[in-house]
Amino acid sequence: MQAANCPNIFDNFESNLNLSSRHHNGFVDRNFKQLLVAPSIFLLLLVGVFPLLYLIMVSFQGITMTENNTDFVGLQNYAYLVKDKRMWLALGHTMIFLVIALPIELLLGLAMAQLFLEKLPGRQVFIALLVLPVVISPIVAGATWSLMFDNRFGPINQIIGWLMGKEVVLLWTFNPHLVYPAILVAEIWQWTPFMFLLLLAALANVDKSQLEAAAIDGAGYWRTFRKIVLPSIWPVMAIALLIRALDLFRLFDVVWALTQGGPGTMTETISMFTYVQGFRQFETSYTAAVALLIIVLLSVALIWALRRVELSR
Amino acid sequence: MRTKGRQALRQTFRFAAASAITLFFLFPIYWLFMISFKTADEIYTYPPVWWPKSLQFNNYVVLFKDGDAITVWNSLVIASASTVLAMLLGTICAYSLARYKTGGDNLSNWIISQRMVPPIAVVFPIFLLYVYLGWVDTYIGIILLYTAFNLPYVIWMMRGYIQDIPRSLEESALIDGCTRWQVIWKVVFPMCRAGLFATAIFTFVFAWNEFLFALVLTRTEVTTYTVQVTHYFGGQSNFWTKIAAMSVLGTLPVFIAVVLMQRYLVRGISLGAVKG
Repeated sequence: MQAANCPNIFDNFESNLNLSSRHHNGFVDRNFKQLLVAPSIFLLLLVGVFPLLYLIMVSFQGITMTENNTDFVGLQNYAYLVKDKRMWLALGHTMIFLVIALPIELLLGLAMAQLFLEKLPGRQVFIALLVLPVVISPIVAGATWSLMFDNRFGPINQIIGWLMGKEVVLLWTFNPHLVYPAILVAEIWQWTPFMFLLLLAALANVDKSQLEAAAIDGAGYWRTFRKIVLPSIWPVMAIALLIRALDLFRLFDVVWALTQGGPGTMTETISMFTYVQGFRQFETSYTAAVALLIIVLLSVALIWALRRVELSR
Repeated sequence: MRTKGRQALRQTFRFAAASAITLFFLFPIYWLFMISFKTADEIYTYPPVWWPKSLQFNNYVVLFKDGDAITVWNSLVIASASTVLAMLLGTICAYSLARYKTGGDNLSNWIISQRMVPPIAVVFPIFLLYVYLGWVDTYIGIILLYTAFNLPYVIWMMRGYIQDIPRSLEESALIDGCTRWQVIWKVVFPMCRAGLFATAIFTFVFAWNEFLFALVLTRTEVTTYTVQVTHYFGGQSNFWTKIAAMSVLGTLPVFIAVVLMQRYLVRGISLGAVKG
């Protein structure tokens, strides 16, 4: 970013380099900058571009569990994809998790950031402790919540029992009405602190003098928030939302730990669906088509989002 | 006086709210840790025991005796090796992008976009490739994949940290007759030591916590702790002690890591959007 702002210094740097390389004009020196990026680019091509090309090829073949048919079958897999209800449902489940969890995480995180913004006894300790859920492995977070939600020996039903004044047995990970709340609670528990940390940092950077000026002018809380605070924290907020949206789109671990996609396929996400097709049912060619669909959907959504928020530097 | 009283009330209320929120976010972690120190009898009593009477380490002893704890070692080897590789390759690449603007913005954007591809879409073709190469369930297979998957993060973060340091030192080092490699080793690396450290810790934590790749690409030889935790699922619930103890073994190192780089945490998790 700096470089983009001051091209003169940058040019200067290049010419200084050329000046110094008078002494050693070997192959390494002439191609220095390319050599530095080469190993990384090679690896990224290997895991980025190779799989893409390979997926495209396999998705037009007819490889299934029972036969290794490498003949090209045209659009057969894609035709099946369009009609596969389970796939569309899995995509739908993923979107449900996304559109519920993301706003809640944002609002809760924002509220918490407001709360912790001003002086508070033990503020640093609170913040240090609130970080912890974010860095736990999502699969461990899921396991933790499956212990929490256990119908008999877990504390959740116990607490609800106290509040209701009678014993309750709620099957959080089996009951069709409760699996979504259970997964969402675990997901929101783990990632609200992420939103909180980023928004706290953003709020701390809001220009104090502008806030004071607004207060003197008698602007109310909401007006100040909309006109001054929000525009100031928006760049960070947009990145936070983008990171979380991408993570929710690939949601796998927490669901895997809590319900394995069940009951039935009720909580199966698109990542889990792909996993099951590829590694349980060994529908190789079909899985390739699904994986490609995911990549295409994500790319389209991403381009749309980046255009909207103008994040691209 | 009156406003002072109101102020105090407000502070008390805020403190209470902060405490309640922190309690909510910490309680599940407390529960996990506590279960790992309980006996099976204490776990399977109704109503649940909220404070264990004594700490006992038998659940951990069992993990080491049965050899399950080797999976933590596997995680350590895989996460460390892939972190070192990703840092080495990624930092020199970041240097080239930051200073020479190699490939312009297009290359940088392409690199960060690689991080956004859903893992499931990557791991499936990689798995087919690894079957062909015989790399499934080997250190080299999983280490290389983690390295490649973390590279965009390292490059992106280190590019930011390198852009933060002034160029003048590098220029004078070059004029003083240092080779370009020497400039990187003797000037750039020491200058962004803190950034290198923070980025390495994050890369390590990402690899350490990763589940899906490990689930697909490991079997028995190089199983990581995240996969091992799931091996206790679904069976009888008397595996709880193992789930909890294994989870704690995997979580403690991460907590220590976070304490070590508290200052760089927000920059690290926000992909550099917030400079702390």
